[in-house]
Parts: sequence; C-alpha cells; structure tokens
Amino acid sequence: MQAATPSRRQPALSAYAMFVFAFIYLPVVVLIAYSFNRDGVGGFPPRHFTLHWYGQLFGDSAIWDAVLNSLLVAAGSVALALTLGLLAALALDRASFPGKALFRRLVLLPLILPGIITGLSLLMFAVFVNAPLNLLTVFFGHGTALISVATTELFAGLQKLDRAQEEASLDLGATPWQTFWRITLPNLKLSLIAAGLLIFTLSMDEIAVTFFLIGRDNTLPMEIWGRLRQGMTPEINAISTLIFVVSVALISIWYRLRTRTLRDVS
Amino acid sequence: MSASVANGSHVNVAAGGTLLEVRSVAKKFGAATVLKNISLDIAAGEFLTLLGESGSGKTTLLRLIAGFEAPTSGEIWMSGQRLDTLPPYRRPVNTVFQHYALFPHMSVQENVAYGLHVKGTAAGEATSRAEEALRMVKMHEFAGARPAKLSGGQQQRVALARALVNRPQLLLLDEPLSALDANLRKQMQSELKSLQRELGITFLFVTHDQEEAMALSDRIALLRGGALEQIASPREIYGHPATAYAAQFIGQTNLLHADVRGGWAVCGALRWPTGEADGPAIFSLRPEVIACARGDEASAGAVAFRGVVRQQLFGGANETLEIACGPEQILRVRIPAAEPLSGEHTFTFFPADAIRVRA
Repeated sequence: MQAATPSRRQPALSAYAMFVFAFIYLPVVVLIAYSFNRDGVGGFPPRHFTLHWYGQLFGDSAIWDAVLNSLLVAAGSVALALTLGLLAALALDRASFPGKALFRRLVLLPLILPGIITGLSLLMFAVFVNAPLNLLTVFFGHGTALISVATTELFAGLQKLDRAQEEASLDLGATPWQTFWRITLPNLKLSLIAAGLLIFTLSMDEIAVTFFLIGRDNTLPMEIWGRLRQGMTPEINAISTLIFVVSVALISIWYRLRTRTLRDVS
Repeated sequence: MSASVANGSHVNVAAGGTLLEVRSVAKKFGAATVLKNISLDIAAGEFLTLLGESGSGKTTLLRLIAGFEAPTSGEIWMSGQRLDTLPPYRRPVNTVFQHYALFPHMSVQENVAYGLHVKGTAAGEATSRAEEALRMVKMHEFAGARPAKLSGGQQQRVALARALVNRPQLLLLDEPLSALDANLRKQMQSELKSLQRELGITFLFVTHDQEEAMALSDRIALLRGGALEQIASPREIYGHPATAYAAQFIGQTNLLHADVRGGWAVCGALRWPTGEADGPAIFSLRPEVIACARGDEASAGAVAFRGVVRQQLFGGANETLEIACGPEQILRVRIPAAEPLSGEHTFTFFPADAIRVRA
C-alpha cells in the first residue's frame, strides 16, 4: 500500500489517501476487533480479549449448513461459468460470425447489470418454467451471472496465447480436438485457475441474485443477513472475519496468478 | 536444369522427380494481394529457398503449403496428391517455426515425441524414435529439460528434431536461423546443410538473407511483391540475374543504364561492345569483375576506362573501392587486398561480364 506511506513532497495527497483507506478499511478493522470482544458489540473501546464467539460459532450447526450450501453453489458455479465462459471466449477469440460485436457486449453485460435486474429476470424465468426455488436455482443464477467474469478472464488468456504453438501441433499431425486438449487448455491453466478463484469468491458472498432465487436452504450471506434482523451478535463478527480472511487469501492468489500469466507471455 | 527461367514458368530439375507443384497460386487477404499467380516445382531431395524482403509473400507461400492458409486460387500438389484441400494435420509436411513454437509445458523429449503420440504410435517406438531424432541434432542429453531452460540454438535443434521425427517428405523452414546470433547462425547453416544431405529430405527454406540463401540452396526462388522474380541455382542467379532487382538483391552490383547503338553500349564514360539490339538497356556489372590495371595496360579483349578512387574500404581479403569515372558516375569495384590507392587509375572489365538485365 504505497499511497499510505507518507510522502514529504505531497502531504495533502498522503493525508487524503490515508483518509480514503481509513474510510474503506476502518469498518472492517472494527468488525474484526469486536469479534474478539467479550462484551459483545456494545461499548468502546473493545476490551477483554476472548475467543468465546469463535467457539460458539463452531458449535452453530445452522451456520455450517449455510457454509456447506455456499460451497456447493460456488463450486457448481465455477464449473458452469468456466465451461460456458471458455466456449464464449473461444468464439470471441477465434470465430468470426455475424453479430460478433453485439455478442461480445451481451456476454459482458451481466458485469455491469445491477444484480437486482439479473436476479429478478432469473426469478421470472424460474416461475415461468415452473421450477421450484432451491439451491439449484441459486446455482444456475450464480453460474450464468458469472459467465461474463469467466469470459473476460479467459478471453484475456486466449489473446496472450502463442498461436504458433497450436499451428505447430496441427503441423505435427494432431487434430484440432487433440490440439485443444493437449496444447490450448494446458496453456490456459493459469487463466482457468485465476478465473475459477475469482468466480468462487464472487459466488461465496453474492446476495442480490441469491435473494430472488433462494428457497429454504440458506447460503452463508443470506444466513448472516437473516440473523442480523434479530440483532447483531459477535458471532456474526466472527464468521465475517473468517469470510474476510478467506476472501483476501483467494483474491491475492488470483491476483498473483493473473500477473504471472501476463508476465509469462510478454 | 533450365537456367534463367523467371516469372512463373515450371522448372525442370534434373535430379529426382517433382515432389511438390505449386500451380498458379494466388492469395488475397481482403483487398490486399499477397501472392500473384505463383507457379513453381520442387524436386525430391532438393534444398529450395524462398528468398525475398518482408512483404514479398515468401512466408505466406510457406503457410499455404503447410496448410495454415488456403489459397484464393490455384492448386498445390504433392506426389500426385492434391495438398491444398487437406487440413494441416493430414499433410506429409512438417514445419520448423521462426520462433520455434516449442510447447512450454512439455519436456524436450515430450516435445519431440508429440507428433508420434498424437498419431497413435506405440509408446516404446515413439520413445526410441524421439531419442534417435534428438541424437541426430545432438540434443539427447537434454531430453528431460523444459524448453525455457534451453538457449536459442538449443531450442532451434529441438524444433528441428520435433519436425523431423515424423519423417516428412518435405520440411518447411520459416526463417529458422533469424533469431540466432551471427556465429551460431553460420554453424547452424552448415549443420542444416549436412543434415539435409544425410537424410535426403526435401527442404523448403524461407529467408530474407541472400547470403544464407546462396550458401545453402540448390535453387533460389526470389520473390518480389508476391510474384516470382527469378528461380535458379545460386550461381546462375548471381552470374546471370534476370532483372535489375535480382542483380541488386543478390550480392552487390553496378547497374549501368546504357544506350545501345550499332553493337556498342554507352553509359557515361564507359563504352563496350555488345550483342544487344539498339535502344536503352540496363546492364549489371558486379564489383569483382572490374579490375584495377596497374601500369596502365589492359589485358586483351578487356575494356579500359579511367576512374578516380573516391573511397577505399578494407575488407580483409579484398578491398571495395568507390571510383568516379565521370560526372555523377560512381562505380563500386572489388579488388584483392592492396596497398592504399588514391588518384586516377585505369580499370578494366570484359564485355561478357556486363549482364543485360530487365528493368
């Protein structure tokens, strides 16, 4: 975090940068600090360090059911979004067909579309085909909404690919199918992992789309949301802290893989 | 060998039968015409070089033969089989790519065995043939290494082994030496040449380097702006360039824009007998066919003229002189290494060495 280091030459800019960082991260710091506070979310400053709330969290089966549901949905979404996203990225990179520019914009649309629109449309679709709302609808919702993320990431990976390698493979007698499995896909490995991590993280804390498509089984963010309506307990702070740590870890792995793919080909 | 045949004719090569025929092939990318109606034959066992500047269409022609591009019109045949309608993976040709295009996620051994694996060759046979191919290019000790760990020259050898392991009838080489430094390049040139002789495989080699083309090739096909300028042996194309462009591109030359009248060609201060018909004509006079006559006497049959030495460049075994033999007439002369020259001298050449070329 370079901007947070005070610079002698531009004190005003440094102060401003620190203010922005405080604005972003102070709430998270407070949230984490109170997860260790014996007296709960009330009182300032937090005192009496305790792991009590974490203990309580680990004994709370409803939370862990929600975590399991979220993991299932996220894993499914990764598989669905990567498969369809790879096909879309291949089409964008290689095929030329009428309406390609339009297709490109349409595929990327869910990235900028508010989740509430995506969620509502998917709900209407589910009602239309008479599908019961459950984890399956949530999985389809996440999976389709995140195709655009997969497409963007994998398209970038494909653009960086050395096409001469694929030509060399065809030249050596490999069919296009063999070339795809033996050359194209292994070279896209880092992009696939990076896209998968990002999609996984996004699916894990998705609320807007989920809100419309959820049945009886809660995902983790929905479970937390539900509990908040009955009042804040430090247990929520504890689970939120865990989510924060895991998210930061996944995003940093994603970021490192991404910069590595970019560097490898340049 | 029918010698100075240029611009599109079929060429009969005495040695071996015809392996590959390019028949009236043209290629357009959108509105741009990259190849204009090219026809050429490649004989079995031949080392043929496609020589030309960038944009001459040489790489496009190679890619048409490899199957990465389809011709806009025309046909390509190989040993009685039509080639241009087959996908690249069904063509009995293999390519050495300009930047090698080795597979980074495979070891050297896996790279070389790849072509055999994808064709379903038994694992044992694939391994032994890959090892044999690696031994051929002296890379068997690096079988387990990843391509990224190898130097440019080593990667080049692996790319060669990978292309040869399938035992192609025709090997296509797309500027394979251009990424190597000068010394390594010379060494690889000689290794390529001896490898081609040993294996008897037909090589189609693309380069923009005329020295490389002359050193390696049985024949050179000189391309210019998507058309065939001249196709002939290096000696033929150097000694009897068909056009002014060929004369200038291959080696150095003096182009003399002469006027022919009554059996004599006149160009500035130079005048020599010629069998050409009356009218304007261009002649190519190589720098080394002009001699510096010490003692002011010319040998019999030679044409003599006076020239002032303007510049002398020492080149080890020889000297390159720039001489002025009239207002605005500068000639380049190459003579064996001599002491520093200055002032006016007599220079001579034999009329037969002034080669008539087309514009």
